Amino acid sequence: MSEDKHHHIVEYKNHILVLLLLISLTVITVAITSVELGPYNTAAAMLIASIKVAIVLMYFMHLRFDQKIYRFMATIVILIFMAVIVVTFFDYLYR
Amino acid sequence: METTANHHADLHRDDEASKIGMWLFIFTEILLFGGLFIVYSVYRFRNPVAFHIAHEELSITMGLINTIILLISSATVAISISAIQKNDKKMTLIMLGLTLLLALTFLVNKYFEWGAKFEHGMYPGSELMKMLSNGDMLFFSLYFFMTGLHGIHIIVGMILLAVSFFQVKSGKIHSTRFFLLENSGLYWHLVDLIWIFLFPLFYLIH
Repeated sequence: MSEDKHHHIVEYKNHILVLLLLISLTVITVAITSVELGPYNTAAAMLIASIKVAIVLMYFMHLRFDQKIYRFMATIVILIFMAVIVVTFFDYLYR
Repeated sequence: METTANHHADLHRDDEASKIGMWLFIFTEILLFGGLFIVYSVYRFRNPVAFHIAHEELSITMGLINTIILLISSATVAISISAIQKNDKKMTLIMLGLTLLLALTFLVNKYFEWGAKFEHGMYPGSELMKMLSNGDMLFFSLYFFMTGLHGIHIIVGMILLAVSFFQVKSGKIHSTRFFLLENSGLYWHLVDLIWIFLFPLFYLIH
């Protein structure tokens, strides 16, 4: 990668590979939720959805190639959101 | 500042700042939908059986098709941004056109999905809805509200992408000045991110 370039250019091929990975993960999610795993069904679906979101953020939204400040900000927002989820569920589980 | 009739100074432009601004806006959107996801989770936690029975009214196939449509449209937007950076105007326009077409397909699918529900008398505020049990009503209210709000975001995203399309065509957006396309792309990916969670939560309850 040349240093003077302001933006990192992602090859078309890589976008297609990321797309295929995302579609595979979607199909896997549908397959997993159609078999009986008890409470693990929802957990698995949410885990795969989180992986998909991470892939979209890093590759399609360029967080992997952009300046660190964007990754830093996105991480903080996700942590705040997760903290709110944890606090809410502690309330409902142990009320 | 002194203004002359024929000054050639470039207008001040800060692409990095406009991108940070877009990200800040995206964060507010994430927290908006995040709040709704928490509301959904709490109600599902309290009405597990009703949510499970109610979700069987939704077609997994339809949801899966729409998920794949959105994923492909995200990829085409990403490719259009790579293309404009490579100064490939034709490819950029093809990919943006394809994205708009896919977005429209998504909305048409949504129209049929919602339309079938409406035909059965299932819509917010309908008589049927009022007769439902508490859990069912919560499921369908949240379904209509969250997919509806997401649909509005699709329309806004389409407008942004259409504006970008015409600016690429007129040459206003080019290989060294494409922040509008880049920010519209970010917005479009956000719409995809939200759907990635909406799909398993509403269509794939086990």
